Amino acid sequence: MADNYMIINKESLADSIYLMDVKAPRVSKHCYPGQFIIVKMDEKGERIPLTICDYDREAGTVTIVFQAVGSSTKRMAEYEAGDAFEDFTGPLGCRSELIDMPREELIKKKILYVAGGVGTAPVYPQVKWLKQNGYEADCIIGARNKDLIILEDRMKEQVRDLYLCTDDGSYGFHGNVCDCIQDLIQNKGKHYDIIVAIGPMIMMKFVCILTKKLGIKTIVSMNPVMVDGTGMCGACRLTIGDNIKFACVDGPEFDGHLVNFDEAMKRSQMYKTQEGRAMLRETEGDTHHHPGCECHEG
Amino acid sequence: MDVLKKVPVKEQDPKTRAANFNEVCYGYSFEEAKQEASRCLQCKNPKCVAGCPVSINIPGFIKEIGNGNVEAAFQEISKYSALPAVCGRVCPQESQCEQRCIRGIKGEPVAIGKLERFAADWARENKIQPKKPNTVNGSKVAVIGAGPSGLTCAGDLAKLGYEVTIFEALHEPGGVLVYGIPEFRLPKNTVVKAEIENVKALGVKIETNVIIGKSITIDELIEEEGFDAVFIGSGAGLPKFMGIPGENANGVFSANEYLTRSNLMKAFDDSYDTPIIAGKKVAVVGSGNVAMDAARTALRLGAEVAIVYRRSEAELPARAEEVHHAKEEGVQFHTLSNPKEILVNENGWVSGMRCIRMELGEPDETGRRRPIEKKGSEFVLEADTVIMALGTSPNPLIASTTDGLDTNKYRCIIADEENGQTTKMGVFAGGDAVTGSATVILAMGAGKAAAKGINQYIQNK
Repeated sequence: MADNYMIINKESLADSIYLMDVKAPRVSKHCYPGQFIIVKMDEKGERIPLTICDYDREAGTVTIVFQAVGSSTKRMAEYEAGDAFEDFTGPLGCRSELIDMPREELIKKKILYVAGGVGTAPVYPQVKWLKQNGYEADCIIGARNKDLIILEDRMKEQVRDLYLCTDDGSYGFHGNVCDCIQDLIQNKGKHYDIIVAIGPMIMMKFVCILTKKLGIKTIVSMNPVMVDGTGMCGACRLTIGDNIKFACVDGPEFDGHLVNFDEAMKRSQMYKTQEGRAMLRETEGDTHHHPGCECHEG
Repeated sequence: MDVLKKVPVKEQDPKTRAANFNEVCYGYSFEEAKQEASRCLQCKNPKCVAGCPVSINIPGFIKEIGNGNVEAAFQEISKYSALPAVCGRVCPQESQCEQRCIRGIKGEPVAIGKLERFAADWARENKIQPKKPNTVNGSKVAVIGAGPSGLTCAGDLAKLGYEVTIFEALHEPGGVLVYGIPEFRLPKNTVVKAEIENVKALGVKIETNVIIGKSITIDELIEEEGFDAVFIGSGAGLPKFMGIPGENANGVFSANEYLTRSNLMKAFDDSYDTPIIAGKKVAVVGSGNVAMDAARTALRLGAEVAIVYRRSEAELPARAEEVHHAKEEGVQFHTLSNPKEILVNENGWVSGMRCIRMELGEPDETGRRRPIEKKGSEFVLEADTVIMALGTSPNPLIASTTDGLDTNKYRCIIADEENGQTTKMGVFAGGDAVTGSATVILAMGAGKAAAKGINQYIQNK
């Protein structure tokens, strides 16, 4: 196919956060919320896993959202509509467990989505699917500041109540997502049976500590280091309860109360020094680069 | 010339090659190949052919080399094998064709592997491709996986006139030939790519980035895309771990991950984006060919490398040539040693490996003497990186998404050895997906058998 993996549309959602609709009919035809794709820019590029943000089966496109934080994603940000990726594969991983829950069970559940930063992107297809299938959910979007809140308008159309919170109070509730969850439950009389939290690992960790105390089932979506994404390499292994699981084939969604976040966070740092070196090579002279607090990266 | 000995083959000096990724073995020159070919006795009843999983007419192609007609030698091999430059490099000839060579009864067998490699390399360098078939029979076959079994099955079916499409999950065709076996044993851009091009020259289409079971199912291939039969050659890609404490520490890798980063993603080359942790002191657990590949890769990335193996030297499962090369290059061997725990520092990185010495007891079910722990013999091996090379098992993805396709308790697909037929009509399988991890040539043999089985199935439909 001549236009396979071509970028049909590109949008800038916030500073260094981009959305792209990519032509990939095989992926688009078979994907579901919760799954991810792997994109490889060119011959020398890495295989980059990205959770699916939306899909249009008729147009044969898949929407991805990414934050240009590492050397690879910065390079990816330079791609424009009309350019094509060399490789784009998927859908990978399992679809969200809510999709397979029996209707009579799911309809009774009060669901809250907690989206952190770029984690809003993988939440979007889930709430969209729920709405299309006659369910309702609430959602919190949290970010460091107003400028990093993405997809607000699109999310508003898909959820019952949308809550925004920022660490610096520049928009919505002043506080982090955990403060916001507590506020909803303790002060606003909200009740939830299931929380789905997707965002930086540190955010998911603290949401899980809170929801465990509150006794609310919590699903998280993990994005560890991966190479092939099909179960071959084991780079993405996580400790889930007493078991070792591969995020690429067993996940990426897991019962958040069983995830060993501390181990997962250490593992996600494994190549950070090397990434740093690659960055330095590219931004010569910028020896003071600091990618910022992990809490606010996707 | 001593007729009892093989013509020696030139190799890169061990000290030099331990620091680069160029091929170790240079292969024969034209004169050397002719000389070695003259050692073949041209047996009327050649035992070597029976030792070859794809039954190459070995005396036939060697005779042509002896006559100086290398192109004819290549075309003769191509009747049987789609990957001669690969097989000439990675087949365990010492336990197959060469083991049965009559020359080998008194003296060394004919260097069949090196001659096969010579013919294939010569053909590539002289831009000779296998002859394209001119029959078209109108039937379509889907092949899953562009590794050794899939490429062989596809090539054989194309020769019979089938329209064949290979679906490959990764971005590059070749399977274990591109992600598993390192550059210094099997050059990718020259050798592997060229042989895949030869398969394409037979009319085979390859679609990369398609994960069967995720991007499309087998039933959809048959019902929606009109394939008359499907061959599954998806290999054995899942890594095994030991289940010991510390295995999730930073710096512990499966051999699959380590080799995929270096081979498929070319992390050894700084101009590629994918990173690899080189390590200063690397411990490789296991002792098969994959363990040797991982050890020799780590060595080339600048590490001191030790292999840790629970049995003794005599049981080393890797090919003798690989062990020899690894030792020459400076890989240390800790045999009769088994890891108990990976030690982890406060930052979550490997700081060493606690091992225990073993001794050999009574033979176990595999006939090898069972290793038993020696009480009180624990020791700490210095290491900052650990690579687990403990074998692999088939990926359950296809079996779990295909109704009626049965697997055994090892998650291997059940298939008839004679023709590759699985428990599902029109679906055939072969290679590591059926047998669990084995060799390139056995997978090719299975691909060949399945091509015959598929042809029979479609012709009788």
